[in-house]
Amino acid sequence: MMMNILKRYRMFLFLLIVNALIIVFIPDVGLKTINITWNNTLEMLSLIPPIFIMLGLLDVWVQRETLVRFMGEKSGIVGIVIAFLMGSAAAGPLYGAFPVAGVLLKKGAKLSNILIFIGAWSTTKIPLLLFEASSVGWKFMLTRFLIDIPGIIIIAFVIEKLMNKDEKALIYENALSL
Amino acid sequence: MFNKILYLVASLLLILSFIKDKNKTKTALEKAWKAFENILPQFLSILIIIGIMLSIITPETISRLIGEKSGWTGMLIAGAIGSITLIPAFIAFPLAAALIKSGAGTMQIAVLISTLMMVGIVTMPVEIKYFGRKATILRNSMAFIFSFIAAIVIGWVL
Repeated sequence: MMMNILKRYRMFLFLLIVNALIIVFIPDVGLKTINITWNNTLEMLSLIPPIFIMLGLLDVWVQRETLVRFMGEKSGIVGIVIAFLMGSAAAGPLYGAFPVAGVLLKKGAKLSNILIFIGAWSTTKIPLLLFEASSVGWKFMLTRFLIDIPGIIIIAFVIEKLMNKDEKALIYENALSL
Repeated sequence: MFNKILYLVASLLLILSFIKDKNKTKTALEKAWKAFENILPQFLSILIIIGIMLSIITPETISRLIGEKSGWTGMLIAGAIGSITLIPAFIAFPLAAALIKSGAGTMQIAVLISTLMMVGIVTMPVEIKYFGRKATILRNSMAFIFSFIAAIVIGWVL
């Protein structure tokens, strides 16, 4: 039990030691690391509860058959649209999207749709777009938004094509154990 | 503001779920916790890496590297910074605005923003955990190339 925890957190513990050394030997950089890590931790903690609660609810309430119908192999344009909407309605950094993607994999969503969801989460999140427009201008934001949509879809489809059957099966199998 | 909406929606759904089925709601919360605990070691590592990185690669360093007339080299540097670092949006966009004001090129900024959003070298271990090595590498490298295409279009439109 204890060993298991140590093993899972070994990278984190190693980084913690590195950070402690920075604080001791380069105090001015070290101070900054504390400050930045603290702020990011607060941001993460503020976003994680609602995202993971919705992930849990999705896992329990949406049946596999339903999800396959709307986002599975034969979901077509509907699946793409749902993937975009889900990703765009999200908040928080991209790494928050992966656990949600894990549930989608488990429920049998099509790989390209999950990749579209990841793409939308990374670049077309609504709060992000508003913030972007106010800092670098509407024209910049809209141009990026319009080119990102086809970009995300193309990337998702190309990856789906480049992965062979076995490789895809392995991803879905792996998701069940997560 | 958006966080509040997110909390509101999540709470409403949770209450609705609780009214419909207590046990299922309990399972949902257990699953939520399990999914979180499962990824927690990686999340914590990412937080520390970002902290160390952003203390070394400061906004001042970035503006020196992709400042005025940095051209293609500037774009490549912007792409590298954007791919390696993970700057939260509330720092990235004001930084981008400041960089534009101080004379950085639109295309360099576009590459920086696109790669920041789409390419995540630091988060690759998490991504591999869910998607495997091949899909992760494919997604990140394609997103990297795409960021330059997007930047060229933005540079051409603006």
